[in-house]
Amino acid sequence: MSLPQFTFLMPTSLSEACSLLEEHQGKIKIKAGGTDMIVRLSHRAVKPDFLMALKKIPDLNQISYSPEAGLNIGALALLREVEISPIVLEQAPMLARAARATATVQIRNMGTVMGNVCNASPSADNIPTLVAMNAVIVASSGDQEREIPIDEFFLGPGRSALQANEIATAIKVPKVAAKTGVSYQKISPRSKVDIAAVNIGAMITLDKANKCEAVRISMGAVGPTPLRAKQAEKYLLGKEITDETLAEAGRLAAEDASPITDVRANREYRKLMVEVLTTRALKEASSLAVNY
Amino acid sequence: MKKELITLNINGDDYEIAVYPWRTLNEVLRDQLHLTGTKLGCGTGDCGACTVHIDDQSVSSCLTLAVEVEGHKITTIEGLAPQAVANSELENCELNPIQESFVNKGAIQCGFCTPGMIMSSKFLLDHTPNPSEAEIRAGLSGNLCRCTGYNKIVDAIADAAEKI
Ligand SMILES: Cc1cc2nc3c(=O)[nH]c(=O)nc-3n(C[C@H](O)[C@H](O)[C@H](O)COP(=O)(O)OP(=O)(O)OC[C@H]3O[C@@H](n4cnc5c(N)ncnc54)[C@H](O)[C@@H]3O)c2cc1C
Ligand code: FES
Ligand code: FES
Repeated sequence: MSLPQFTFLMPTSLSEACSLLEEHQGKIKIKAGGTDMIVRLSHRAVKPDFLMALKKIPDLNQISYSPEAGLNIGALALLREVEISPIVLEQAPMLARAARATATVQIRNMGTVMGNVCNASPSADNIPTLVAMNAVIVASSGDQEREIPIDEFFLGPGRSALQANEIATAIKVPKVAAKTGVSYQKISPRSKVDIAAVNIGAMITLDKANKCEAVRISMGAVGPTPLRAKQAEKYLLGKEITDETLAEAGRLAAEDASPITDVRANREYRKLMVEVLTTRALKEASSLAVNY
Repeated sequence: MKKELITLNINGDDYEIAVYPWRTLNEVLRDQLHLTGTKLGCGTGDCGACTVHIDDQSVSSCLTLAVEVEGHKITTIEGLAPQAVANSELENCELNPIQESFVNKGAIQCGFCTPGMIMSSKFLLDHTPNPSEAEIRAGLSGNLCRCTGYNKIVDAIADAAEKI
């Protein structure tokens, strides 16, 4: 189906883009790669008067790392670029895994990681790992910039903490601490190219005795926003990493999940998969942590 | 609303055209420029029938706005064997090795998915010259075929990889 009519805007600076957002509030939509937005336009799920592309804004596609600033993924960095970036593969390989688990080759050549985050779908592939790794979303309103902790970014399906005049410019991921491991686990009805029925991101830090010193677990597709597995996290603190403690953490995570039944999976199956994938993610993350 | 005047570089040729900003590259290629080798299937990014290359990256032309690809290098299936397009006598024309393998290995039935399949294969082989079977299948993950079945397509790509 052809797209509904809109006026197309292609600002060449961040400040210009933010003033356009301000000027056309309520009537304007942002497009990065467009792999969500163009589909929504074509389905008439949105009918903005103005569509604003970010692609001409300079320097938004950069991926960089420094020990002080951590990893910085610019808003226009493509899923494909994150998937193969030597910096990401070195500093946060699970972010590359999550990018690779997203969509198809063509969609990864068009879509951005930031678009996946801002689209705020509860099942988004790139969100759980970013939550587990305690990422921060940098938002700009042209003259002002603020950092939104990812735990505060998601307000509901499709709703984020961005203000109407704000553009998300970068994802900041803090440097991974010593003896820390990360994992991303996903299950979907089809093995490839499918939206997750459940996805889990986990990051665990071990102490000298290989006991759990810190842990963050994020569960996708089991609530209106990505959920933290708070009970499991609390339980694991100070515990030794054994098959038993990891299995218990999985069980507790399933208790915190509030999935629905839909075409991809029913509620009971989702709960069971939260348990399995959480245990699996913690197992992989802790085995990586031992040697990191 | 006003059309925009843009120049698109497609398969090495410049086309000056007037387009509405909401037109997709797929619509412009097919309906305006009559480059109908690129197909339209789902229109929503799922099937890969519309795959073209922008600056050598495979993308879905059904999700690409034409006004956004001005100044970029666009390659469609017609660009893989330009002589074949100009010369309707199929005997004498030279196909791209991937096209040749698709023909020789019986990887084409109705042919609707084929242009997209071949553009995806080209992107795969440009980056992974000796792909494993798993890599071939992953490289085709964004392309659906309703008739050939994927095995012959996978064979064709493995065959092309050996030639290139
Ligand atoms: C065939 C197909 C398969 C898919 N498969 C998957 C999958 O397996 N897993 C998955 O998670 N997703 C999947 N998706 C969804 C989509 O591809 C991803 O969410 C992608 O990362 C979106 O990025 P984009 O740059 O294309 O976003 P866009 O469509 O450009 O934008 C998405 C949303 O975010 C907003 N936005 C984008 N960038 C910014 C910014 N910098 N600041 C503020 N707001 C912004 C837009 O306004 C829009 O609301 C699929 C899509 C298609 C078409
Ligand atoms: S027509 Fe573009 S992906 Fe199906
Ligand atoms: S050959 Fe008919 S769809 Fe693939």
